[in-house]
Amino acid sequence: MSDFYEVGPAEPVVISTRVDKVSPKARREHNVRAAIVIAIAMFCLLPIFVMSMTAFKTRSDAVSAPPKLLFKPTLEGFVFLFTERALVPPARAQELLASDTTDLSLFERVALSSGQEITGPSDYVGRLKNSLIIAGVSTIFSVVLGFFAAYAFSRFDVPGKDDLMFFILSTRMLPAVVVTIPLFLMYRQFGLHDTYQGMILLYTVFNLSLAVWLLKGFIDEIPLEYEEAALVDGYSRIQAIFKIVLPQAMTGIAATVVFSLIFAWNEYAFALMLTSDKARTAPPTIATMLGRGGIEWSAIAAGSLGFLIPVAIVVFLLRDYLLRGVTFGAVRR
Amino acid sequence: MTAVQTQARTSNVQQQKRRRGLSDRAIINLFIWPTLLLLILWNAFPLFYSLFLSFTEYSAIARKEPVWVGLANYQDILTDPQMWKYFATTGRYALVTVGMQTLLGFGLALLVREKFKGSGLITTLILIPMMLSPVVVGLFWKLIYNPAFGFFNYLIMQTTPGKAPDMLAGTIARTPVPNLALWAVALVDIWMWTPFVMLLALSGLKAIPDYLYEAAVIDRASSWFQFRRITLPQVAPLLMIAVLFRTIEAFKGFDLVMGMTGGGPGDQTELIAVNLYRQAFQGQFRTGHASALAYIILIIIIAISNLYIRYLNGLREEG
Repeated sequence: MSDFYEVGPAEPVVISTRVDKVSPKARREHNVRAAIVIAIAMFCLLPIFVMSMTAFKTRSDAVSAPPKLLFKPTLEGFVFLFTERALVPPARAQELLASDTTDLSLFERVALSSGQEITGPSDYVGRLKNSLIIAGVSTIFSVVLGFFAAYAFSRFDVPGKDDLMFFILSTRMLPAVVVTIPLFLMYRQFGLHDTYQGMILLYTVFNLSLAVWLLKGFIDEIPLEYEEAALVDGYSRIQAIFKIVLPQAMTGIAATVVFSLIFAWNEYAFALMLTSDKARTAPPTIATMLGRGGIEWSAIAAGSLGFLIPVAIVVFLLRDYLLRGVTFGAVRR
Repeated sequence: MTAVQTQARTSNVQQQKRRRGLSDRAIINLFIWPTLLLLILWNAFPLFYSLFLSFTEYSAIARKEPVWVGLANYQDILTDPQMWKYFATTGRYALVTVGMQTLLGFGLALLVREKFKGSGLITTLILIPMMLSPVVVGLFWKLIYNPAFGFFNYLIMQTTPGKAPDMLAGTIARTPVPNLALWAVALVDIWMWTPFVMLLALSGLKAIPDYLYEAAVIDRASSWFQFRRITLPQVAPLLMIAVLFRTIEAFKGFDLVMGMTGGGPGDQTELIAVNLYRQAFQGQFRTGHASALAYIILIIIIAISNLYIRYLNGLREEG
């Protein structure tokens, strides 16, 4: 305490420009570095590029050898993903296409040109909505609960702290494969099977271990001095948390949001076992497209691509938090 | 500042604060118990029920009650040389994938550490592989590795029919190459999860205050010295958390491999978690046997995690 006052909080915190980062040599290195990063990023994205192309290919183009780089793009994959279809005789299809195409929607025309007729929307639309609700709410739960628990573990002398932290971690260790059967029994018993609540709580529980560990790691890095100063100045502990710790921990919170969301969004095994219709999420649906008469590569690609976009948007929106440095780290020692 | 000093100082402040607002004890309980309660409620039954099942002969699809067999399942697994082979494969796989993810992830984080034009967008793009569903990733790489119409062979420019590698079948020019399929799968794992390590390493790097480097530059310290004495120790705690979670997943993950090879060719990519899945959900549904195997895996993971955490705490005390 005393040495804290000797240093004195009155000095303004100056965000410095690194002295070693302004020379021409450093500038040149900076550019080379940026070029390398962009090259690596492009290389890593090649498979994603392949996937995007496949999403716009027809069934036969998707498996042509050699793989086609140039092809006539089609929305077939997306039509197959979003609709239920029935086969129509080729002659009838031609007739419909030729007659008065203005009546037909874009999707209907695409379906007809591959000899099929749309009979209704597929399950996928509803499942996507389920995914949004379940993944979104469970992410919020795990980050909020995880933040407060992590704060308590980081700042207070919690009895049995190391053991409790290990317990929290250990909940992530038992292979999911054996947990599903007891969970299934438990959920059926308590009426949580195929419900939003059941899935939200399950994903929250699953993400909590990572959330607590990560956020504790980040909160440990925030110097105690700011909170102490605030407490001495008459803030309550809760005020200090919201006004001092929370803004400082934004990088950690953003990272935790990203990881929790990605897990809950993509989880497959539990969703397959513990939901049947009402609360079923999209990943099992994408995977079951395998079954129906050969692998529908373009529909799978379209599904995966569309399914990637919401998460990618969230990450992109959070990028500034993810990449932000310390705002005032001058008291560290 | 040592931990003891920190605690002494917090409790000092705590004493002053006791009368204002909630007491510290109340805050601790309020903050920790919702999390602990959820974790206990959701894990207690599955944990104990599968422990019980691991001592029984039981199949989830048979309409028969579990029959107590004592340690027979454990004995069965631990005396089966085939199982030891799967464990060895998993060990190698974990070492290579987690090792490469750490190296590449940390390297990438060092590269994107300083902002440049568009670095936000580029970082988002680099994270994309991690955002995909593992099942889908497995399927897609199967398409990419396909010797007839996949892109992979075109990328490495080995497309002559009959001579080109078939990565997932583990052959080059129709001759089997030891472990080729395993490394092909490992490559996908590395591709998918390097961003995870990168993101955590990056946030660790971003938390290092500039003045440490400035002091080092003024003292004319070499960049190697800066890396060794500032960057590495400061980033280590978060990097270790990333490595810890990746290692746990490497022992548990089966979805990538199931999507690509299903354990084949032969048993080349039969990781222990793949075998566990097979026992639990394929063929006979040997639930009791699978539970015993899961507990063995759990014990291994606990042992490894303990080593990591001890090392991590060592780092914390130094720092």
